[in-house]
Amino acid sequence: MSIDLSQFHQVFFEESFEGLDIMESSLLALDLSEVDAETINTIFRAAHSIKGGAGTFGFMQVSGFTHVVETLLDEIRGGDRVIEQDHVDLFLLCVDCLRGLMTDLQAGSEPDMAQADELKVKFEAILAGEAIATEGSNEDSVETSATTLENITNSNDDDIKGWKVEFIPCEDVLCTGNEPYRMFRELQDLAEAEGGSVEVIPHLERLPEFSKMHPEMCYLSWTILVRAGIELSDIEEIFEWVVDDCDIRYQRLADDNLSAVESHLAPEAIEDVNEEVIAEETVAEETVAEESISNADISGEQKIDQVTEKLAQVVAAKAKTESPKAVVKATNKTAENTSIRVSIDKIDGLINMVGELVITQSMLGQLGQEFDMDRVQRLQEGLGQLEQNTRELQESVMKIRMLPISFAFSRFPRLVRDLSKQLDKEVDLVMIGENTELDKTVMEKIGDPLVHLVRNSLDHGLENAEERTANGKSSNGTITLNAFHHGGNIVIEVKDDGAGLNKERIRKKAIEKGLVGEDEILSDAQIHDLIFQAGFSTAEVVSDVSGRGVGMDVVRRNIAELNGSIEVTSKAGEGSTFSIRLPLTLAILDGQLVKVGEEVYIFPLVSIVESIQLEKSMLNNITGNQFVMQLRNDYIPILCLQDIFNTGAEKKDLEGAMLVVVEGDNEKVGIVVDELLGQQQVVIKSLEQNYQKVDSISGATILGDGTVALIVDVSGLNNKPLEKNSDDQTQAA
Amino acid sequence: MASILAVDDSASMRQMVTFTLKGAGYDVQEACDGSEALSIAKTKKFDLVLSDVNMPVMDGIELVTELRKLGEYKFVPVLMLTTESAGDKKMAGKKAGATGWIVKPFNPDQLLNTIKKVLG
Repeated sequence: MSIDLSQFHQVFFEESFEGLDIMESSLLALDLSEVDAETINTIFRAAHSIKGGAGTFGFMQVSGFTHVVETLLDEIRGGDRVIEQDHVDLFLLCVDCLRGLMTDLQAGSEPDMAQADELKVKFEAILAGEAIATEGSNEDSVETSATTLENITNSNDDDIKGWKVEFIPCEDVLCTGNEPYRMFRELQDLAEAEGGSVEVIPHLERLPEFSKMHPEMCYLSWTILVRAGIELSDIEEIFEWVVDDCDIRYQRLADDNLSAVESHLAPEAIEDVNEEVIAEETVAEETVAEESISNADISGEQKIDQVTEKLAQVVAAKAKTESPKAVVKATNKTAENTSIRVSIDKIDGLINMVGELVITQSMLGQLGQEFDMDRVQRLQEGLGQLEQNTRELQESVMKIRMLPISFAFSRFPRLVRDLSKQLDKEVDLVMIGENTELDKTVMEKIGDPLVHLVRNSLDHGLENAEERTANGKSSNGTITLNAFHHGGNIVIEVKDDGAGLNKERIRKKAIEKGLVGEDEILSDAQIHDLIFQAGFSTAEVVSDVSGRGVGMDVVRRNIAELNGSIEVTSKAGEGSTFSIRLPLTLAILDGQLVKVGEEVYIFPLVSIVESIQLEKSMLNNITGNQFVMQLRNDYIPILCLQDIFNTGAEKKDLEGAMLVVVEGDNEKVGIVVDELLGQQQVVIKSLEQNYQKVDSISGATILGDGTVALIVDVSGLNNKPLEKNSDDQTQAA
Repeated sequence: MASILAVDDSASMRQMVTFTLKGAGYDVQEACDGSEALSIAKTKKFDLVLSDVNMPVMDGIELVTELRKLGEYKFVPVLMLTTESAGDKKMAGKKAGATGWIVKPFNPDQLLNTIKKVLG
């Protein structure tokens, strides 16, 4: 039977990544002055599982690398070695390295082993420093090669006629579940396969008086005559599990009769030949490898594994040639499969709701079959029920995609640790609201902006220890990550207790860059908001930690793509707080439906500033058909969706038209619509998946009457109008 | 067909073992650590227990010890899945009453062959 192991790869990768996360967080939690044994155990188990899984699923590079990590951990766990800061740092590097290897393997590409090899050397150096480790592994290899040497001598000998096995089991052999009958049966199968036979002769000498007999004990012993040309190692394998606590002796059968001619190596005797063995080790390895591979009835993959059992070293060399094949087999599609873990509670809730829905449906179905007008009220009740069921069902389905924000937060302890070391600042990280739930997709996309903000706070926000003490603050800076739900949104705050934003410097810089006029009066909030402008940086020295000031505008753009917003509040000397506000999900949108010509469009409700009726006094014609509108102190460009999407619908007179003012990317724009229809929650369907990407459209949805409505991408619109209109003009000209 | 209790804290290993054994017609139940396995074993007698060694909450060695204390599991074969190719872990398992071991990494065929031998 052959089983395609690649079907388990995805699960293996997932649990390995989880294991690596556990290793990382446990390593970070480790207090070296008082090492907690269970924490070390947890780290060890994670490494151990990764190694075991990697070996089983054919990722020999990973398993070989993890082996040295595991060995060191095992020594620490066993108390043979005291864990030091250097070890922790090295383990953390390994976690990163393994993460990289796994990511490569998951993507189906050949992993880059350069860093792993480098780390492996370091581990081996540590391990070699202590005799215990090397001694242990030597013993292993000697033992294995001892058996293999025997194989060679045996296989060179063609004239095996059979074996006499003296089997004197320990009395409680049955209590370990080892049934002698099973071994005889195996022996028989083995012999019959070679056309031989087995004779079992029981001995009753050890049998006590009946009254002293214990029903669970085994008092029998046996002499087994195996008349077949089989290798001793094959027989030994059958007794492998009991050899340590039973007395087993092998003798070779002579040609014509049953008398033994040559006494063979009993297990104890093997140790005596250890020294010779080492000398012949290399020869033995090669021959055994060849021998196992030439074994005809086993499949290709198995060959490698069989050798593994006997000779770890051979595999290490073999793995290099074997692994690429394994990787190719993994195929690329696994990389695209992402899955999600859902708690049983959520699933149960869902099943419960579907049950209710079915009941409502059958109730309505019955009502429909024998309907008359007297029952209108019941129909209405039923429909009300249906609406409630649907809403509840929708909510719980959405909940499935929700994960606690700790998934996004979990990387920060490590990040803050490494960065504070690098910057030589002492920083405490406080995380609040880690169980706040957020859509998985939003979570994935918010990771990078969050990292950027935290880096920024650490680098620019927090002062160094001297400066802090001079200002009467504690020498440790604090960065707080706080997540909470606030009215259908999730708010994530990144707070530091550093120096706060320097308003004067920002203002100066902004004037320098021409972002604001020299005599412009700006409120604090407006000044703070300047840091989100493209190409703005106040850092006098460019550092490799938080980049070169191309960051904050990108952060804002990324967040805007998620239909979210970011703002900053800051107080000089007390610190800054960045608040990110995000929708809980990307799958559903609160939308405003509008009608333009025959088409219905949807604007995200969050992007709408206001809706007004245009008056002539507000309108200003700039060029051709390009108008702007004066709204209080702002001048806002006016767009017609007919132009942008070339629908060909008739344009109405701007005067008196209905205008929706929307804001995206910090720019306002007024859009002329024929009619405001209503607000509703819409389910977003991807246009890219179902059709193709369309500029200025972020998706589509299906309305209650079955028609498709397009969702307008407000940020996209802002970049669109100028080129579009200039096109029009060239055509007109 | 014989029933097997497969115990491993690694989901991928559990899946692989279960898939292999179910494919061969065995009746398989999974547990993700020793204590879960023990409570399952108390409700139903399995013909064979297949257990990882290193697990959280209750490890494989402790599981065998506890199983052997249950009257029903006195003679039931218990195989340990172990990466330690030699030495103390195997011995600790044997001492606790394990029948034998299967050395990781193993492939599905090796697993089946060993189990076939034990269950006959």
